[in-house]
Amino acid sequence: MSTPIVEARGLTKSFGKVQALAGLDLVADPGQVVAVLGPNGAGKTTFVRSVATLVSPDSGELRVAGVDAARHPAQVRRVIGLAGQYAAVEPAMTGRENVTMVARLYGQGRRQARANAAVVLDQLGLAEAADRPVGTYSGGMRRRLDLGASLVGAPRLLLLDEPTTGLDPRSRNELWEAIRGMVAAGTDVLLTTQYLDEADQLAQRIVIVDKGRVIADGTPDELKRRAGRDVVEIRAHRSGDVAVVAEALGRLGVEAPRTEAGTNRVTIPVDRGRAVMADAVRALDALGLDVDDIGLRRPTLDEVFLTLTGSSIDDGGDVTSGTAAVTAAGTDAGTTHPSTDIAA
Amino acid sequence: MTAVTFDAGRITPATRPAGAVTAAATVAARSVRKFVRTPQLLVVSTVTGAMFLLIFRYVFGGAIDTGPIPYVDFMVPGYIVTSVLFTGANASSSVAQDLEEGFTDRLRSLPVSRTAVLAGRVVAETGLLALGLTATAVIGVAVGFRPHGTGAESLAALGLILVFGFAFTWVFVLMGLVAGNVQAAQGMSLLIFPLSFVSSAMVPVGTMPGWMQPVAENQPITVMVDAVRSLALGDPALAGLGGSTGHYVGLSLLWAVGLVAVFAPLAVRRYRTS
Ligand SMILES: Nc1ncnc2c1ncn2[C@@H]1O[C@H](COP(=O)(O)OP(=O)(O)OP(=O)(O)O)[C@@H](O)[C@H]1O
Ligand SMILES: [Mg+2]
Repeated sequence: MSTPIVEARGLTKSFGKVQALAGLDLVADPGQVVAVLGPNGAGKTTFVRSVATLVSPDSGELRVAGVDAARHPAQVRRVIGLAGQYAAVEPAMTGRENVTMVARLYGQGRRQARANAAVVLDQLGLAEAADRPVGTYSGGMRRRLDLGASLVGAPRLLLLDEPTTGLDPRSRNELWEAIRGMVAAGTDVLLTTQYLDEADQLAQRIVIVDKGRVIADGTPDELKRRAGRDVVEIRAHRSGDVAVVAEALGRLGVEAPRTEAGTNRVTIPVDRGRAVMADAVRALDALGLDVDDIGLRRPTLDEVFLTLTGSSIDDGGDVTSGTAAVTAAGTDAGTTHPSTDIAA
Repeated sequence: MTAVTFDAGRITPATRPAGAVTAAATVAARSVRKFVRTPQLLVVSTVTGAMFLLIFRYVFGGAIDTGPIPYVDFMVPGYIVTSVLFTGANASSSVAQDLEEGFTDRLRSLPVSRTAVLAGRVVAETGLLALGLTATAVIGVAVGFRPHGTGAESLAALGLILVFGFAFTWVFVLMGLVAGNVQAAQGMSLLIFPLSFVSSAMVPVGTMPGWMQPVAENQPITVMVDAVRSLALGDPALAGLGGSTGHYVGLSLLWAVGLVAVFAPLAVRRYRTS
């Protein structure tokens, strides 16, 4: 077997009372994209920053391309490229200046840095905007530029922390394209995401992390079989119909349907997606039920969690673990915080 | 966008890591570009600087007795020293901003000496101080300040202020690294207010309450102001000072060396490991 590109064993890291990593194990083989999937506060960023030698774990072992990250961090930095959770580009400089700067810091000569920057900008579709200040870029362009900066050193391992968060669908697709292109060219990628969909699109291997630990690990297909069934989602026109719809379609699913009163939504995890869709439409039609929307979609991370752990994603769970009383029925889990923000 | 076919093979990787000087210069170039391309920074700091200078010169000045020399000659050297401090405090916010926005993560993930990266930053910030220093000095002359010493002494005064600015930049960089976000960094920078005003910069220490005088007299800003004032006036006695110019200059250089010796290693360690 070839040397794993990342080999983490029993990594722990605490920030004060918060345990960000609680014995994380992950071995990634070269030649594939590994997606670390998890909710807010799961420890994704902390893990990526450990691999990038920006955080020193409290205990455990971490090797990157066979090199001990604690003992030889400088050597590790020579094989990685990092695009962090927030685009780290200088808005007052042009795209070209930004990438050239990073290339110089990778040790490239002046002319070499300029040539490589041009290659990267061109391949990421930024050639036209290259000489404009980054302050004028859209969010998607900034992200791509950030990616370009992490690539210009031709790293063996690319670390991408939530590369598409905050992007519109089109920019997201463009970025996915770019990442696929790099992988095809032989760069290993470790990325984090909060979207199962994204992990499914890009990765050959998905590692689900929660509270600093791996709770599931496998190929997208394996995980889907275990935890991420497709979902038929129906929005009833009248709230009175919600129960009727659930009742009528319940038999099509492999788990009990879930209903959401506030939005009239019924979701049914299914095994044979497309065939079931047709059955569902027929059943609704036979009953003469009015629906606003019906569709087949991939499960959300929350639904995967529900199946894997039997509980929803912890709401935040950052510092205090007091469980806030659930308010109105139908509030989406994991979106609202009690607004008692203390100035940090 | 057209289909992306990323070909890493077209990138020629570096054969060895960047040297310390290249790394420092590259990082410094970024700070300088950011500064010159954000003209509002320069304008705002010059305008506020000029405003306070005018207030001290024309509003408070009349009520402050500075003995044998006009208040403007007393105040401007002190004012320039403190204005360097106020400008230097920007380093604290900009370092904190880089941390907050992930820019520091990018730099720290690269195969370059982190010490060199931080040193480049400090050198660039000091260079920018020189610009602000020049602007303030020009405004000082415009409102009537005249150096009484030789040209060489005036130049030495400016050089000394830069040395001091360099030393204090390390303090501010450490503050920014510890603060971690812009707001906290700005809060910490407020410490310059008592340090600047409880000093000989704007008023003679002798006019302060007795208990405050030992503090005011021995803190680094006063030491620095006394040295700059002695050089600018050509004679410490004109500023009501007992010692020689050499004494004050020596003492202020000692302070600068001390500040760098303490704060540079602290900042570097914080930057390397945090
Ligand atoms: N530098 C730090 N200081 C204090 N606490 C931290 C620090 N970094 C992370 N944490 C805490 O550690 C936990 C894990 O954070 P981390 O950023 O790794 O999660 P994440 O999975 O990346 O979350 P997100 O999806 O929100 O980015 C959180 O509770 C976070 O508040
Ligand atoms: Mg994160």
